[in-house]
Amino acid sequence: MYEILRKEDLTDITKLFEVNAPLVARNAEPGQFVIVRIDEKGERIPLTIADYDKEKGTVTIVVQEVGFTSAMLNSLREGQSIVDFAGPLGRPAPLPKEGSVVLLGGGFGVAPIYPVAKELRNRGVKVTSIIGARRENLVIMEKEMQSVSDKLYVCTDDGSTGFKGFVTQKLEELVAGGEKFDEAIAIGPMPMMRATAKTTKPMELKTWVSVDPIMVDGTGMCGACRVTVAGEVKFGCVDGPFFDAHDVDFEEAHRRNLMYRREEEHIMTVCRRGGDSA
Amino acid sequence: MSDKINPTRVPMSEQDAKERISDFREVALGYTVEEVRREAERCIQCKKPKCEDGCPVKVPIRDFVMAVAEGDDEKALELVKSTNSLPAVCGRVCPQEEQCEAKCVISKKGDGISIGRLERFVADWEMQRGPAKPNVVEKKNQKVAIVGSGPAGLTCAGDLARLGYDVTVFEALHAPGGVLIYGIPEFRLPNRVVHYEVENLRRNGVRIETNAVIGKSLTVDDLFEDGFDAIFVGTGAGLPRFMGIPGENLNGVYSANEFLTRVNLMRADCFPENHTPVNVGKRVAVVGAGNTAMDSARTALRAGAEEAHIIYRRSETEMTARVEEYHHAIEEGVIFNWLTNPVRLFGNDDGWLTAMECIRMELGEPDDSGRRRPVPIEGSEFKIDVENMILALGTSPNPLVPQTATDIDTRSWGGIVVDEETGATSREGVFAGGDIVTGAATVILAMGAGKTAASGIDEYLKSKRG
Ligand SMILES: Cc1cc2nc3c(=O)[nH]c(=O)nc-3n(C[C@H](O)[C@H](O)[C@H](O)COP(=O)(O)OP(=O)(O)OC[C@H]3O[C@@H](n4cnc5c(N)ncnc54)[C@H](O)[C@@H]3O)c2cc1C
Ligand SMILES: Cc1cc2nc3c(=O)[nH]c(=O)nc-3n(C[C@H](O)[C@H](O)[C@H](O)COP(=O)(O)OP(=O)(O)OC[C@H]3O[C@@H](n4cnc5c(N)ncnc54)[C@H](O)[C@@H]3O)c2cc1C
Ligand code: SF4
Ligand code: SF4
Ligand code: FES
Repeated sequence: MYEILRKEDLTDITKLFEVNAPLVARNAEPGQFVIVRIDEKGERIPLTIADYDKEKGTVTIVVQEVGFTSAMLNSLREGQSIVDFAGPLGRPAPLPKEGSVVLLGGGFGVAPIYPVAKELRNRGVKVTSIIGARRENLVIMEKEMQSVSDKLYVCTDDGSTGFKGFVTQKLEELVAGGEKFDEAIAIGPMPMMRATAKTTKPMELKTWVSVDPIMVDGTGMCGACRVTVAGEVKFGCVDGPFFDAHDVDFEEAHRRNLMYRREEEHIMTVCRRGGDSA
Repeated sequence: MSDKINPTRVPMSEQDAKERISDFREVALGYTVEEVRREAERCIQCKKPKCEDGCPVKVPIRDFVMAVAEGDDEKALELVKSTNSLPAVCGRVCPQEEQCEAKCVISKKGDGISIGRLERFVADWEMQRGPAKPNVVEKKNQKVAIVGSGPAGLTCAGDLARLGYDVTVFEALHAPGGVLIYGIPEFRLPNRVVHYEVENLRRNGVRIETNAVIGKSLTVDDLFEDGFDAIFVGTGAGLPRFMGIPGENLNGVYSANEFLTRVNLMRADCFPENHTPVNVGKRVAVVGAGNTAMDSARTALRAGAEEAHIIYRRSETEMTARVEEYHHAIEEGVIFNWLTNPVRLFGNDDGWLTAMECIRMELGEPDDSGRRRPVPIEGSEFKIDVENMILALGTSPNPLVPQTATDIDTRSWGGIVVDEETGATSREGVFAGGDIVTGAATVILAMGAGKTAASGIDEYLKSKRG
């Protein structure tokens, strides 16, 4: 059992949990993830390690509610426990040792971008961060990102705070204004990562994305997580999650993530019905 | 014991095929007390029991069968367990028709003794009675880490605990048992059997750490640093193969590992009560003809498919599944398409599999495996409408441990190199066995390897104690 030591409401639908998981914290590196199962009936879902403290043996995750399991997880309280919490899984983010990197974080993706920014900062790499959300009250971890970025830009779709528009538009603006980056790393919802790939391709800017296929074991045993990268089939959990954005077949990745849409809708209605009768 | 040979085995009751495909209850119901004695009495107690040559772990078959015939189940159990620590598993899943039973002298004149069924009876008898009190052994001051909790790891752990070592099993998944728990379905090997064996180990002082992915959570170096004196690697051959044909990433295409894991480990057949979904359409095609393929096809029928097809590029003769399970699959209505190979897959606009194009094959010259090589018959392509395809093409060794501990030598195909006598790898203090060494094989061979390594480790640790 893995106890929730601290819970923080980042937004109505995004919660941060600091979990007691010494075995995960011990060898965790930026960009890796955990597989979590909430209870004995639960499914195994992947979540990025948003921070870790090797001394305390804790791991932080940030969860955005998108369906049944993420909603269940977000309803847990401090002091409660998660039955399974396995990791760190996947390869660490491929980070340069020097130069200038632009980070793009969309929605919950800001959370996993944070340890990447922190590590780059430690290495002495110049960090420009562009984080975005639909509106002001969905922007998360602005303060934390500020502390590990040389420059931070906040974007909202509706302009309720910061730049009005997508993170990709901000990036275009910066590049048009003469900013130079050696690499870009984007984490967030699939459409945002896909848009980033489209934006940076003509700029010839090397771009990494953290692909988020459906997973089961997270150890290379099932192949649920396969993604096509440069025409080759890769397993997201062991070969990834970071891949060259310009090589990822996003259309296929998006379609594969909809594989259980019918079941997801079904379980949501069943659980709502269960809630009504209670 | 009669001296006349009775060539006909006592049949074992089975659930009716029509009924059983609507649930996951065990198909073979096991012998009753009366049946088991009758079957055991058929054994003629050979002076040189050939049957024992056929068993990879040398179960004292003749003597345990005698004990069963005499109604001394306690003694029978003791004899079986003297070399086989998981008899309830082996009795159910060993390919007996190629091993012990094939060598039984009576098989020359009729049916060999049903050794597996007798073994299962004895083991199930123990489960009913409850486990014996663990033997009190003098604790040794040395720690062993077992990586992976399949039959190889569990056997190695059990043997070492019995010798008094401080044993911890590290398992990547949330449940111990390896293929026994996530792969082989409930209707062939109920999970309670595996749980029982794992509980037995715990009672004998073995600690089991789930959610521990060695190579990721902890490396081999970390384990030594944490004070383990020896390590056994039994991580299996869990890596699924794909065919590399167009359309393989369409929705509805599964590896057998994923499909079976969703159902057996995550119990997706009880969705939404359990929260893991699985997608089973009306028509399911399974590619391959080993145990994994049979299990996938039969699982698909139980999970709601109306038709399950086996697609295999060779013929019935080259099929590798256990004969008993092949017959069960036929009884349950699985349709067999021999000498057939998929060449590409078609999907609809939403990316869901709708059909597969197959080509007919014929058998040519023998290949490396000694089996006749299947060659495509040009122009024989045809289409089958299917909503799911499950690939059961075999698996490769799991690379996580060797990748992160490069001083452990591996073969070109990924198997770890070991000394056959001891299970020792190229790195001092690290031993290995089971599918990670041999490639996908059998439960009993994995157990045998776990046993060999346990005595190898014991010798090694003795020498370190001086
Ligand atoms: C490597 C990786 C890191 C991730 N990191 C985070 C993170 O830090 N924070 C966060 O909030 N989310 C993260 N995700 C996504 C998260 O796993 C899914 O949101 C979650 O599984 C959805 O489950 P659900 O039951 O709530 O939703 P569902 O109703 O099951 O699905 C809602 C959506 O989530 C997708 N999804 C469903 N199951 C999975 C699955 N097993 N794996 C991936 N996607 C799935 C579906 O495509 C669907 O679009 C990550 C995914 C991956 C692969
Ligand atoms: C569907 C199916 C049906 C089968 N039917 C039969 C049958 O009827 N009869 C028969 O004799 N054989 C059968 N087999 C084969 C048999 O199950 C295997 O040969 C046997 O289980 C191998 O045992 P093992 O201990 O080497 O590995 P496994 O059983 O594969 O166990 C390995 C364990 O190690 C864990 N692991 C992997 N990597 C790590 C890591 N890095 N850190 C920690 N843990 C890790 C895995 O999660 C797993 O639990 C079948 C196999 C399958 C897939
Ligand atoms: S372990 Fe397997 S091969 Fe050996 S006697 Fe038992 S069933 Fe036969
Ligand atoms: S070979 Fe057959 S008959 Fe002879 S001892 Fe073995 S089981 Fe009995
Ligand atoms: S999640 Fe199973 S192989 Fe990647």
